[in-house]
Amino acid sequence: MSGSDGVAGSADLRRGSTAAPGGARASAAGGLGRVIGYLARRPGLAFGLGIVIVLAAGAVLAPVLAPFPGDAGNNTNLMASLLPPGGVHPLGTDLAGRDVWSRILFGIRISVGVSVVVIVSSLLVGIPIGLFAGAVGGKLDDLLMRVVDVFLAFPSLLLALAISATLGPSMEHAAIAITVSWWPWYARLMRGEAAAIRGRAYVEAALLLGIPRWRVALRHILPNAIGPIIVQASLDLGGVILTFAALSFLGLGAQDPTPEWGLMVEQGRTLTSTQPWVALFPGAAIMTAALAFTLLGEGLRERLDPKGLARS
Amino acid sequence: MRRILVRRGLQSLVVALGVGLLAFVITRLLPGDAAATWAGPRASADELAQVRVQLGLDRPLWDQAVRYIADLVTGNWGTSIHTRQPVLSDVSGRFMTSLELVTFALVIAALIGIPLGVLAARWKGRPPDWIAGISASLLASVPIFWLGLLLQLLIATELHWLPVAGRWDRTLNAAAVAATRTHMVLVDSLLAGNLTLFVSGFSHLLMPAIVIAAYPIGLFARLTRAGLLETLGEEHIRMARATGYTERAIIWRFALRPSMGPVLSALALVFGFSLGNTFLVENLFNFQGLGSYAVDSIAALDAPAIAGTTILVALAYLAANLAVDLIRPVMDPRLREAGR
Repeated sequence: MSGSDGVAGSADLRRGSTAAPGGARASAAGGLGRVIGYLARRPGLAFGLGIVIVLAAGAVLAPVLAPFPGDAGNNTNLMASLLPPGGVHPLGTDLAGRDVWSRILFGIRISVGVSVVVIVSSLLVGIPIGLFAGAVGGKLDDLLMRVVDVFLAFPSLLLALAISATLGPSMEHAAIAITVSWWPWYARLMRGEAAAIRGRAYVEAALLLGIPRWRVALRHILPNAIGPIIVQASLDLGGVILTFAALSFLGLGAQDPTPEWGLMVEQGRTLTSTQPWVALFPGAAIMTAALAFTLLGEGLRERLDPKGLARS
Repeated sequence: MRRILVRRGLQSLVVALGVGLLAFVITRLLPGDAAATWAGPRASADELAQVRVQLGLDRPLWDQAVRYIADLVTGNWGTSIHTRQPVLSDVSGRFMTSLELVTFALVIAALIGIPLGVLAARWKGRPPDWIAGISASLLASVPIFWLGLLLQLLIATELHWLPVAGRWDRTLNAAAVAATRTHMVLVDSLLAGNLTLFVSGFSHLLMPAIVIAAYPIGLFARLTRAGLLETLGEEHIRMARATGYTERAIIWRFALRPSMGPVLSALALVFGFSLGNTFLVENLFNFQGLGSYAVDSIAALDAPAIAGTTILVALAYLAANLAVDLIRPVMDPRLREAGR
């Protein structure tokens, strides 16, 4: 599921750089050596990209790499309860005797995988609404943006929390809740980009030629506005990973046998002073994944949204 | 200037109305029948129908929504199911407690984050800049509930530098002083002239506040660095340099203040974000604020309490946004003239 992250990321990078007017197209067309040179000058991006690739590989190969694949599920092995790290359990075992390392590996599919799904669905809701509002303008634009304002009037964690509490605790509901609290950011961003591009000469020229509005929006506005949004989505992925883990930590996300990292921290919460490994390693995994996507997003921003660098 | 403020005020009012509507939707969607919860498990069908009428659940949905919002405006926020107290009095007291925590956290964040950003800008592209950048990224990526556990383990359990949890030392008879006036332990203890309680409250606040400050520290550092680098390229700084001021004097006396715009603009966002983060941190530290109240309400499926917390935080967030809009022109004269 999340195995295609790295590939999708680089595809976007290529598409984005050809779409950018002018841009640094030449170096993207260069060979592997150039890519390595580019990354060598940007240790943050290289580090982020490296971890994302490792995560993707870990998600795909989890059944092969995990010493106890069954422990990601409903296994209990009370004989092995709370064993310290070492031996066959490199990161120790939890209260139910499940191998923490195996659960962290399988957890990539949940913690990162669900977050990717959440970001993609937020984009699928936010981009069309923002594009529509920005391309149409006028009263409808105003109305849509007020609706967006209402959603953004809640701190994002709070709205996600309230919605997932309303829907009842489950992983699917948590994903829906985060999506509902997240799409308005993309709607607002897309609307801003679209409204700015709408006034450009080439858009007016296309409209004068009699090309229908929706075609102009899809063919001329969207491709030129998408760069900053892809960058933001990548930066946000870290935030979504943290939010999803937080919901699970509060008991509103993934439920017990599921190897979700935030839930694993919660399960080790009362054991920190005696068996710290149960909570510490999953938490470190959350941090590593969130950091990787943030660094990746910052690297992408330099490439796809140079204006954004000055903005932040 | 005035026209903008009126406009922003009206906009906020519309958004506040929307917040009320959204809260209404959330309470109506909550699983379980409100009438059944109200009437108790042994109520007969007749009693249930009666309660339905009494609660207005038989009316059309729009009518219920209007009544709901009218109730909110007049201060009737319903009764919490798990504390059996009026929600408004529950949440307003708890809110003050959390407000103290968040304010404390933001002060810490400013005291660490802004100098960190200055350091990064001063030594741009050199090791101090890298270190500041890496710390900012790390702090933005750390799951704060986990950071809380980590600090508890290291600083409280292992090193005994700070207390593990709570709001003050249990042996102090603090209940008489605190939780009465402002619900803020630092303010209450000062008002009562109780210095021992003040010190105890301070040391208990420190760790949860540091945890909440994690993200804002990184953000402030980043924004300060960017703003400062921009200002340092401007004419009046070159002028000051030519006059022979030291780099340190230039940064602290001339460049820093005009560079604070982005930090100030981000303040409302950070405030809202941190208020949300109290939901993750307070229970960890056994801190009786709005966050722990909300988590308890969620566990009890207490619809009025959840809705009340949500509305209050959203309103506080709105107010913070408005306040920042008001403060920015005071700090930056250019905004006064331009009127945007």
